Amino acid sequence: MTAPTTYELSSLQALEAESIHIFREVAAEFERPVLLFSGGKDSVVMLHVARKAFWPAPIPFPVMHVDTGHNFPEVLAFRDSTVQEMGLRLVVASVEESIAKGRVRERPDGVRNPLQTVTLLDAIQQGQFDAVFGGARRDEEKARAKERVFSFRDEFGQWDPKAQRPELWSLYNGRHHKGEHIRIFPLSNWTELDIWSYLKQEDAPLPSIYFAHEREVFQRDGMWLPVSEFTSPKESEEVVTLTVRYRTVGDIPITGAVESSAASYDEIIAEVAATRVTERGATRADDRLSEAAMEDRKKEGYF
Amino acid sequence: MAELLRFATAGSVDDGKSTLIGRLLYDTKSIFEDQLEAVERTSRDRGDEHVNLALLTDGLRAEREQGITIDVAYRYFATPKRTFIIADTPGHIQYTRNMVTGASTASLALVLIDARNGIVEQSRRHAFITSLLRVPHLVVCVNKMDLVDYDEAVFNRIKDEFRNFATKLDIGDLSFIPISALKGDNVVHRSENMPWYDGTSLLHHLEDVHIASDRNLIDVRFPVQYVIRPQSTEHHDYRGYAGTVAGGVMKPGDEVLVLESGLTTTIESIDTADGPVEEAYSPMSVTVRLKDDIDISRGDMICRPQNRPQATQDVDAMVCWLTSDPLHVRGMYGLKHTTRNVRAQVKDIEYRIDVNSLHRDETAETLSLNEIGRIKLRTTKPLFVDEYRRNRTTGSFLLIDEATGATVGAGMIL
Ligand SMILES: Nc1nc2c(ncn2[C@@H]2O[C@H](COP(=O)(O)OP(=O)(O)OP(=O)(O)O)[C@@H](O)[C@H]2O)c(=O)[nH]1
Ligand SMILES: [Mg+2]
Repeated sequence: MTAPTTYELSSLQALEAESIHIFREVAAEFERPVLLFSGGKDSVVMLHVARKAFWPAPIPFPVMHVDTGHNFPEVLAFRDSTVQEMGLRLVVASVEESIAKGRVRERPDGVRNPLQTVTLLDAIQQGQFDAVFGGARRDEEKARAKERVFSFRDEFGQWDPKAQRPELWSLYNGRHHKGEHIRIFPLSNWTELDIWSYLKQEDAPLPSIYFAHEREVFQRDGMWLPVSEFTSPKESEEVVTLTVRYRTVGDIPITGAVESSAASYDEIIAEVAATRVTERGATRADDRLSEAAMEDRKKEGYF
Repeated sequence: MAELLRFATAGSVDDGKSTLIGRLLYDTKSIFEDQLEAVERTSRDRGDEHVNLALLTDGLRAEREQGITIDVAYRYFATPKRTFIIADTPGHIQYTRNMVTGASTASLALVLIDARNGIVEQSRRHAFITSLLRVPHLVVCVNKMDLVDYDEAVFNRIKDEFRNFATKLDIGDLSFIPISALKGDNVVHRSENMPWYDGTSLLHHLEDVHIASDRNLIDVRFPVQYVIRPQSTEHHDYRGYAGTVAGGVMKPGDEVLVLESGLTTTIESIDTADGPVEEAYSPMSVTVRLKDDIDISRGDMICRPQNRPQATQDVDAMVCWLTSDPLHVRGMYGLKHTTRNVRAQVKDIEYRIDVNSLHRDETAETLSLNEIGRIKLRTTKPLFVDEYRRNRTTGSFLLIDEATGATVGAGMIL
């Protein structure tokens, strides 16, 4: 704890306190919250803070994974072991099922990421969830920098950035009608560096792909993609074995690895503190589509 | 241990708020290469003369198209001394509600004034809102000094005029800095173009301003947010009251009073998932256990027997009206105060304030979008309130449209 004479919290303590407050507010005011858990670092922090918010009682809502079928196996294994250890209820919303049911059609390029929105909205409707926790942070992307902590979604799951509710002090307004829901972002004010510092402080486990490891990769569109079930090099693309790690966890075909030898939290923190490229800029093809790619996806109901 | 400072921009449209934030991020090397490249590309494509640093915060499509800020952007940066959360707010009157959003949590506000235009109505409105929200520190940045030949007389004129206006406001700490957001003068580094200015750069000021004493450490206030009762054999008898400390310092062994029951008991322990703590103060989120088993639920307030908030159904408050449907006498609204949700009826509008002259219009019968006035409310159930000037948490509330669920008013209790 901090020195008792100054009554100051460190910035990490202040961020954690704010996030705990948000979790409790939602648990008190909503009927059916659900937490989106991808196994990525932000959702790990989210889950960790949620556990603290309700301790010693268990987390009073289920977690949901939107499964594209293009996941890293290490991440799926991590998801399942976490769910088991923490005794959580897991809802899996499957993009493959959405395709089978004809709700969405596979894209010619095979990229599943944009299809997730339909799967997610269907699962929200089916589970009658009225509050959906997401791990998005405002420092990630310029449209996210604009979003409220309690972000209203209409009956079609749409976000209207020009008509957001005022959000004052720590008074969060979660009113909605049946069929509408609120996206909740408890980590809005955390930065990538905060996330890593916190993971280290809490000694929280993460999927192994966040740490440096050897991997067969090839370069495409300026990104290092792995040789995998879903991504294979064309003839012109040379396969090399590199020491890499991941800064974000997304679908295999659109998530690039970064060359790195950082194998511990301390090394990652040093690397993140010195980096000159944002995590999404470095590793996510989905954000490179157009200048307003994220805003457009969010309007439709994306995370 | 880095301390956290939240600050917001304010001021009229085009006075350079977003450019200043862009400059601050750029000159502190807080911008990533890919972000900068994107902004350079966009500026080039649009034929802008300079790299338009405002694009670093104006992230929405509509904002980029119109070259204005519509909603608050939150940005983050850190220096070895402090970490900062910035809320870059819009200057346009139509989006005042978003400016209020950004300023409500700020400890410091930067009010920008275009040196060529001087103080305009929007500068006054924002300065007034800032003082109403009791943002404890206000820094007036006289911007675009490059367009007035870095003239000391211009700066002094605006400074005097603002000081004069500010005497009618309640502003704790007021300072003035002449800057050029575009060129970077006095933003991160002291400018050589204004040798007559002997103050510090803006960043230096942000790093040094004393913020520790801004919180209330005297009046114990703990709005009960959530009751923790694990249904497990291990913690069978556990019953904890979770919440965020809104004021004062709480310790195990303290005698406390619970509203609304009025019963007294003693704090048994203050728990967190990381173990019990010796003291809890704002804004810690903790779980309080009490010696006696009394009926407590969300919306109750834990305080001290000799120092309690006022329990009342009659609320006197200043409100900022945030929606186009005007507030009128006898209107019914949802009201959220701390962790309590009640309904409230407007009994009276005492006056509306003209933000230019600060004149009070006592004949007002409505408050329209972006107007500010003093009202009386009657609530369906008692609230446990303090004056907003004494406690920003127990002194604030939202008014909510019961049909749409929208937040329509921001209230500060008198
Ligand atoms: N010459 C000069 N131009 C400036 C300076 N600061 C800002 N500008 C220009 O003023 C215009 C408006 O700047 P913005 O930063 O978008 O203004 P704003 O206050 O954020 O506007 P809103 O958010 O829409 O209220 C832009 O064209 C800037 O380049 C300055 O110090 N000097
Ligand atoms: Mg702006």
